[in-house]
Amino acid sequence: MTTVDILEARHPVRGVKRRQVSLPSISRQHYMPYLLPLAIVLLWQLASSAGWISDRIMPSPLKVVAAFSEVAASGQLAHDVAVSGARALSGLLIGGSIGFLLGIANGVSKLSEQLTDTTLQMLRTIPHLAMIPLVILWFGIGEEAKLFLTSLGVLFPVYLNTYHGVRNVDRDLIEMGRIYGMSGWSLFRKVIFPGALPSIFVGLRYALGIMWLTLIVSESIAASSGIGHMANTAREFMMTDVVVLSLVIYAVLGKLADVIARALERWALSWNAAYQG
Amino acid sequence: MPIGPYQQPLAFVAEGGEVDNYRVAEPRPRPEPAGLKLRDIEKRFGDNRVLRGIDLDVPAGQFIAIVGKSGCGKSTLLRLLVGLDTQSEGEITFHDRGGQPIVPNARIVFQEPRLLPWFDVADNVVVGLGEGAPKSEARRLAEEALAEVQLAEKARAWPSQLSGGQRQRVALARALVSRPGLLALDEPLGALDALTRISMQTLLTRVWRELGFSAVLVTHDVAEAVHLADRVIVLDEGRIKLDLEIPHPHPRKRGDPQLAELEGRFLSAILGD
Ligand SMILES: Nc1ncnc2c1ncn2[C@@H]1O[C@H](COP(=O)(O)OP(=O)(O)OP(=O)(O)O)[C@@H](O)[C@H]1O
Ligand SMILES: [Mg+2]
Repeated sequence: MTTVDILEARHPVRGVKRRQVSLPSISRQHYMPYLLPLAIVLLWQLASSAGWISDRIMPSPLKVVAAFSEVAASGQLAHDVAVSGARALSGLLIGGSIGFLLGIANGVSKLSEQLTDTTLQMLRTIPHLAMIPLVILWFGIGEEAKLFLTSLGVLFPVYLNTYHGVRNVDRDLIEMGRIYGMSGWSLFRKVIFPGALPSIFVGLRYALGIMWLTLIVSESIAASSGIGHMANTAREFMMTDVVVLSLVIYAVLGKLADVIARALERWALSWNAAYQG
Repeated sequence: MPIGPYQQPLAFVAEGGEVDNYRVAEPRPRPEPAGLKLRDIEKRFGDNRVLRGIDLDVPAGQFIAIVGKSGCGKSTLLRLLVGLDTQSEGEITFHDRGGQPIVPNARIVFQEPRLLPWFDVADNVVVGLGEGAPKSEARRLAEEALAEVQLAEKARAWPSQLSGGQRQRVALARALVSRPGLLALDEPLGALDALTRISMQTLLTRVWRELGFSAVLVTHDVAEAVHLADRVIVLDEGRIKLDLEIPHPHPRKRGDPQLAELEGRFLSAILGD
């Protein structure tokens, strides 16, 4: 094949193994995870080009890319992504902060735990998306409804994991801290919070998933901007390629959020042997 | 143990004027060793009388070891001494070399090093200075204390990067950095292998002789007690069963026949024959 010819022409020395010629800087662990998605996309494109899959049902990857450049060029995409991103972040911020504070309070204070934990555990069992009809009655279909739902969805995983993390901080370390004169804020800052941090990160990453899920659902039910809205409008005009594009964007945003959370985790937990490279 | 109301330990270094000690240039003052006087101490947990009728006088600067069967109340007694718990009956007082009453700076080292995994080694030692120590000075004192336990080069390592013996040395440095007058040790070498134990014993003897604090060592190893302590106390079902001085000068030779004989006496007292 041509590639081989070119490579061998550039390395005329006899005895050079072909393996050495292949790009040595990209190691296997870096490209392996992407092989499968790449293969699927290729297969999908092949099936579309061959006419096995109708464009109505599933547009080809190339069509999706074309849709992307079109929506991106009009500036609509950037706007929708920004709107959705802002919604997601504010929901995470509000729900996450409430969950975090409640988790800390209930982990540290028996009184607070007795007052609120049972209630929270009860509320937790209600799927928050089941609240949509009620939320629409309360807030209409404005921003408040989406903010409320996202915050609610994010609250519980953050609460549960923060609470669990605080309760499971090594009692011996807390006793040690007290022996050395820590109390209140300093005990929290030096012992309890860092001890609970790994668990808090688990909660955060779980919450990120719920955050996108809630946003997708609430945006496709009622929104006048955002990625969900873009998908919904496209559905009305039978633009399957834009619908699929919006799915891809959700996937990319979701992955991006997870990558950021992981990086944050790595940085914050660098003391933990599990994170030492 | 739930987080909740907590018995405050007797005294901490950061309180009051002691903070000024941080600024004293070298050599740092030797601690004022704390002598102990226990009168008729009893400790109950519910109906369980764990300690009863304990009378004990420890001169300031003495190194005593407490040995006894598991569950005889050694840890309980130690926790009373450092104020981690309070006795049900009786009185514990502290005094300086001249017999004047003092509030001691008491520290305790446990079998587990109890280091904060998210602080580097030097910051773990800084914890030992208590709250409110000036930052840069604290770090310097911590590095000094680490040098005393021969771990100066590990100041920036994470605890998870150290061996068990090294971690215990960090715990010791943390206890010593505030120059305690009384150091309580609850089986501090119990989790270490035989060779590490020996070098840690040598280290303990050395810092005790250099710094001159009073030391109370709880150990299940009678040979260790006899090797390290000025005086060994056998505790049996919450009472003092045997209390003997060990007059041999330090450093002591391992396998000394006189010490071996003493060791035998303690062992038979513990085993009750
Ligand atoms: N907080 C507590 N509540 C109830 N009982 C306790 C408590 N702490 C200790 N005890 C009891 O007191 C007794 C003595 O315990 P202690 O820990 O002092 O023994 P020890 O001599 O240190 O034993 P070991 O050598 O195994 O460490 C035991 O019977 C134990 O069950
Ligand atoms: Mg014990």
